[in-house]
Amino acid sequence: MLLRDMAPSDPLTLLRARVHEAEGRGRRAFALFQVARHLGPLVWVLPSHVPELPMLNGLPEGVGARLHLIRPEGEVDLLWCVEEALRSAPIGLVIAEPEKPLSLTAGRRLQLAAEAGRTTGLMLTRQDAGSNATETRWLCEPKAGPKPDSTLHAWSLIKNKRGTLGDWTLDWNGASAHVHMVSEARERCEPARTAQ
Amino acid sequence: MSIWFPRLASDASLRGRPSDGPFALTHRAGNADHLHCLNQAASARGLIRGMALADARAICPDLATRPANLVREAAALSSLRRWASRYAPMVATDGVDGLMADISGVPHLFGGEEALRDDLQARLERAGLQAVSAIAGTRGAAHALARHGGGIIPEGKLAEGIGSLPVKALRVDHDTAEALARVGLARISDLIPLARAPLARRFGQGLVMRLDQALGQHAEPVAAEADAPHFGVRMTLPEPIGLQSDVMAGLARLLERLCAKLAATHMGARRMRLELRRVDRGTVEVEIGFARPMRDPIRIAALFAKGVDEIDAGFGIDALRLFAPITEAMVPEQIGGGPMIRAKTGPDDALADLLSSLGNRIGFERVQRLLPAQSLIPERSFILAPAAYSEAEASPHQARPARPITLFPPEPLAAVSGTPPARFRWRRMSFTTLRAKGPERLTPEWWFDDPAWRSGLRDYWRIETQEGPRLWLFFTPQAPGGTNWYAHGEFL
Repeated sequence: MLLRDMAPSDPLTLLRARVHEAEGRGRRAFALFQVARHLGPLVWVLPSHVPELPMLNGLPEGVGARLHLIRPEGEVDLLWCVEEALRSAPIGLVIAEPEKPLSLTAGRRLQLAAEAGRTTGLMLTRQDAGSNATETRWLCEPKAGPKPDSTLHAWSLIKNKRGTLGDWTLDWNGASAHVHMVSEARERCEPARTAQ
Repeated sequence: MSIWFPRLASDASLRGRPSDGPFALTHRAGNADHLHCLNQAASARGLIRGMALADARAICPDLATRPANLVREAAALSSLRRWASRYAPMVATDGVDGLMADISGVPHLFGGEEALRDDLQARLERAGLQAVSAIAGTRGAAHALARHGGGIIPEGKLAEGIGSLPVKALRVDHDTAEALARVGLARISDLIPLARAPLARRFGQGLVMRLDQALGQHAEPVAAEADAPHFGVRMTLPEPIGLQSDVMAGLARLLERLCAKLAATHMGARRMRLELRRVDRGTVEVEIGFARPMRDPIRIAALFAKGVDEIDAGFGIDALRLFAPITEAMVPEQIGGGPMIRAKTGPDDALADLLSSLGNRIGFERVQRLLPAQSLIPERSFILAPAAYSEAEASPHQARPARPITLFPPEPLAAVSGTPPARFRWRRMSFTTLRAKGPERLTPEWWFDDPAWRSGLRDYWRIETQEGPRLWLFFTPQAPGGTNWYAHGEFL
C-alpha cells in the first residue's frame, strides 16, 4: 500500500515534511533525540516569558552551534514564526513550544507549510493540547533507570495517521545518536491498536 | 561662487509643513528658548535671531514656533551641497548656512556667469529656499558679497567690487571689527591702501590674512571634503499609483540602482527604508533589517513584500525613495544576481533570509543563538546573543561534570528531608530520591555582584528520582536558615 511505503522503517524516525507532536514530561528529551537525527540548522521557537532555557553545556555535542532560539511574544507571533520557519527550505527541524491548545486551523496550516518547505516540525505541547492535524503524537515520560546515570525514556506513540501505535522504552544518554532499546520482545505481527 | 541661505533652517522646516504668517524655530540654550531662525514675515515684524522667545511673543503674539533640529539642518545643508554639484565639481560647505563652489571653467556651459547665477537662484526659489549667491575671483570676496546682497564681481575688479562692503564682511571676529570701526576704518576700501605691517601689529595677523585672501594675494582653495557614498535613490512618478504590484515594480527598479551603487563600493545594506510620498503630502515608511549585509535585489524585494502589503496608499503614491541608513562592508563574492542564479542560493543565504524575515516581525533581539562563555556559573556559562549580529561558535569540548539540558531560575523545594533530600516537593509534585550524586561545589564570582549568588557558595547534586525526572538541585550552606534547597535544572 502506498501509505505504508511512505512510513519510515525505524519506528522512532519522524516522517519528513510533516508536523509531529510530543507531550509529557520528557518531551524536550524526545526533541533532542530527534535533533540528533536531523542535519542542518535548527530552529527552537520558545515564548519569551518561559524561564526554562536550553543550557548550552548540557546539550548533545554539536547541537549548540546549529541552534537558533526564536523567542516571540504572544501566541500569534509564535505560530507565525513556526510557519515561516517550516516554509523555509534549509532548516533541518523546527521545534516549538506553544502555550495554548493548537486549533485545527493552526495545525492544518502548519502541515501545509511543512509540505511546502519540505521541513519537519515538532510541537512540544501540553497534555491534550495538540491538534488533530498532527501526523504523529508521542507521549514521553522519563523513567527511573536501573543503574546510576542511565536515562530511561518511555515513549509511546499515541496517535499515528499512517501506521500503528506502539510503546518503546529506550536508554539514551544524549551523547550520541545511538540508543539501546530495552523494550521487551513482542510478537512480530501485532494487531493495529486504535487511539484511545 | 558662494551661496548663502539666510533662512535655511526655517525654510527647510516650512518646506515639509508650510505655515502662513510669522514663523520661527526655537532653540533651547541654557534655561531659555531663543529664536534660532525665522521667516520673512517674522523679520518684518521686528523679530531678530537670538531674541528670547518670551520677548518675541510679546512683540508678535501670533508667532508660530517649532523646536529647531540642528541635525536636520545639517542634513539639509549636505543634501544642498550634493545638489549644488550640478554646477561645479568641487562644492564645500561654508559655515552652517552656506556653500562654496569652485566654478572655474564651468560658466560657459550655462551660457556665462550671469546665466549660471540666474539659473541657480531660480531653482532655489522654486524649491522654496531663500538664497543669496555671489560670484567672485576669490573665495573671501565671494563670501563677503554673498552676505551683503550678492552679485558678480568681474575678473580683475576685486578691490572695487568689495571695497564698499563693511569690514565685518572679511570674516574677522567681532572684536576686531569693533576696533576697526573705533579708529574710523568702516569699509574694506579704507583698509586696502594702508600699510600692512602696522595693521598687522595693531589688529593681528588674522585681519591681514583675511584681507589678502579676499584680494587674491593669499591662496585659499575650496576645501571640498570627499563625498561620502550616499546610498539612496528616488523616483517620482507622473501619475499617482495605488496598486501593490505597481509599488513593487517601482521598488524593483530602485533596488536595482541602489544595489549597483552598493556593489560598486563593496558595501552591503544592514537596514533599508522605503519612503512613499502620497499625493496628500503624507509619507509612509517601510523599514526592514537584514540578518546579514545584503545587496541582492530579488531577495531584498521579497523581504519588503510584507511591509508593502500593509501600507495605506491613500489617494495614491507619487514618489518613492529608497535608502540604506546602515551599511556594512561586504566583500565581493558569488552571490545571487538574477533569477537564473536565484535557484542556486546557498543554504546560508536562505537561512539569513529566514532570520531577516523573523527579525523584522518580532524584533532582531528576539532571534537568538547560544554562544559559549568562560564561566563556571551555570547562568553565565552561555550567552544569548542576537543571531543577526553574531557568528555560530562551536562550544569547546572539555571533560566536565554533567550539566542539565534545561536551566531555569532557582525554584525553592518544599518538604525537604535530609541532605541530600530523600523526599521533597517541587512544583506541587512529590519526589523520592533514588540515587544522588554530589556534591559539586560552585563558588560565586566575587568580581561580579550577582544578586542571585548573594547567598554564597552552592553545593550542586544530581538527583535521580523514583518518579523519573533527573533534577539538578543545589543547597546553600552559607545562607542563614530557612529552606535552602533549590531546583535549578533538569537533565535529559
